[in-house]
Amino acid sequence: MSRSVKATEGPGSEPGTTPGDDAASEPARRVTSRARLAQRVREIPSSGIRRFFDLLASMEDVISLGVGEPDFTTPWHIREAAIYSLERGYTMYTSNYGLLDLRQAIAAHLARLYGVAYDPADEIVVTLGVSEGLDITLRALLDPGDEVIIPDPGYVSYAPCTTLAGGVVVPVPTTVADGFKVRAGAIAARVTPRTRALLLGYPNNPTGASLSRSELNTIAQVAEAHDLVVISDEIYDRLTYAGEHVCFGSLPGMRERTIVLGGFSKAYAMTGWRIGYVVGPRELIGGIVKIHQYTALCAPIMSQKAALEALRAGEPDVRQMVAEYDRRRRVIVRGLNEIGLTCHEPEGAFYAFPSVTSAGLSSEEFAERLLFEEKVAVVPGTAFGEGGAGHVRCCYATSLRNINVALERIGRFVSRLG
Amino acid sequence: MIDEIDRQILGVLEDDARTPPDQIATMLGLDPQDVVGRLERLEDERVLVKYRALVNWDRVDEAMVIALIEVRVSPQRDVGFDDIARRIARFPETRFVYLVSGAYDIAVQVAGRTLREVASFVSEKLAPLEGVQGTTTHFLLKRYKEDGELLDDVEETTRLPVTP
Ligand SMILES: Cc1ncc(COP(=O)(O)O)c(C=O)c1O
Repeated sequence: MSRSVKATEGPGSEPGTTPGDDAASEPARRVTSRARLAQRVREIPSSGIRRFFDLLASMEDVISLGVGEPDFTTPWHIREAAIYSLERGYTMYTSNYGLLDLRQAIAAHLARLYGVAYDPADEIVVTLGVSEGLDITLRALLDPGDEVIIPDPGYVSYAPCTTLAGGVVVPVPTTVADGFKVRAGAIAARVTPRTRALLLGYPNNPTGASLSRSELNTIAQVAEAHDLVVISDEIYDRLTYAGEHVCFGSLPGMRERTIVLGGFSKAYAMTGWRIGYVVGPRELIGGIVKIHQYTALCAPIMSQKAALEALRAGEPDVRQMVAEYDRRRRVIVRGLNEIGLTCHEPEGAFYAFPSVTSAGLSSEEFAERLLFEEKVAVVPGTAFGEGGAGHVRCCYATSLRNINVALERIGRFVSRLG
Repeated sequence: MIDEIDRQILGVLEDDARTPPDQIATMLGLDPQDVVGRLERLEDERVLVKYRALVNWDRVDEAMVIALIEVRVSPQRDVGFDDIARRIARFPETRFVYLVSGAYDIAVQVAGRTLREVASFVSEKLAPLEGVQGTTTHFLLKRYKEDGELLDDVEETTRLPVTP
């Protein structure tokens, strides 16, 4: 964050430049390398997560609750399917949209789970994860200056990708008192004539908060009333522990204005494969595919083959992993509350997001001191927006043994603070 | 009667037998007293037979010789294979005794300190038993997986410590 940005700001302080060779001789005409970057790139703060990563890199014996991915490796049958596809010689480009049988499987999957119908022919694009899906969706939708309403705290990519796409970020705060729910009223209050889209992510990273059907329906009314496009990041859909996940595109009247981002990274433990998908009405998908075809061309074919196997035969794996996360979730939430770090119950994803205000520290101070004093890594809530202040994100996608040791250490740290 | 909750408790313990009852209670959203009561019942009913460690003896210098033995037997009137199988199972040298379908009838695993010790168990104790028609002994050379756990070939995990 601020510190790491500053470190590369002054002339000559850049890694790789020789001191004195530019600023001193021709101060007026020479620019530093950094100044050659586009303004919109310079304006994006570097990730708060990145800074923590650098701190951690030099330390040993750290228990990390700082990750954002499953601790399981991809189920073997999925890996085996990819290996087999390579052996069979599947090494080429695919259609820009992705393999047709994969798109058909995605369509069937969404129809079965959520009762929504997307045409595999032209309403589904296979992408390099939700990450690419988010980027190309925003670029396809936004004209310069268009406003996008984004939940705060929310996933780290939402705001920067909006800015890079020429949009203007309008955060909508959520609060712990309200279970970090994004409320329709709060959204409506931020709509202006420039508002183009509403970005939702549920279950949410970092808060774990999700939205029920009735909560979603009231948000849908706002989207309808103000003619907003809804970009719904549902990458954690399967990791829902309390209640059922409702797909935004399945709500009455919403399909035509909704882009759903879905993935394989979390549910099937496939983060490294870089595969996900974007679904929506064909007019919007047509624009999104235009960008995809020129920037990514297609997702890697072996990952597409693996994803197909995941959809065909991965259901038992998902169930088993979800059951395991749910158990860990109960242990960590109870443990944090017992330590005195108030923790609301996360309904989905694999993060606990306790308040650290009782410890009398800011979220950065808490995370930093916990790391140095007890070697437990958590991520300060502010990495996810101002609304994350006073909280830290603890990922429970790690063994119960690690969770238990981490809780012990956090407990010791907090009681030392008095 | 084993219900769904029992099944979940058994699943937790099968994965880690050292999980304390109150942690099991938290994991499954149960009352700790309930878990303790269920554990006692499961132990009494010998559903929960033992809480054991899974040891990779290949990593312990002390040599241990293990053999898988196929035993062909003639079933006996009234008792079928049970009588002979139980008789074999009583020898402390045997680690498991299974009745199986196929080309032979009883699968036995035997452990001993030396090859000779195992061989003499087979020739002196097992083969002469009444009803045993023949045996085939396979000495175990290397273990790859035991009770669902990979032993050697543990996967490298390369998770970065902090990711979004
Ligand atoms: C909310 C959210 N959206 C998207 C992503 C990126 O997912 P993918 O691996 O599909 O690019 C993540 C990963 O952490 C996430 O937490």
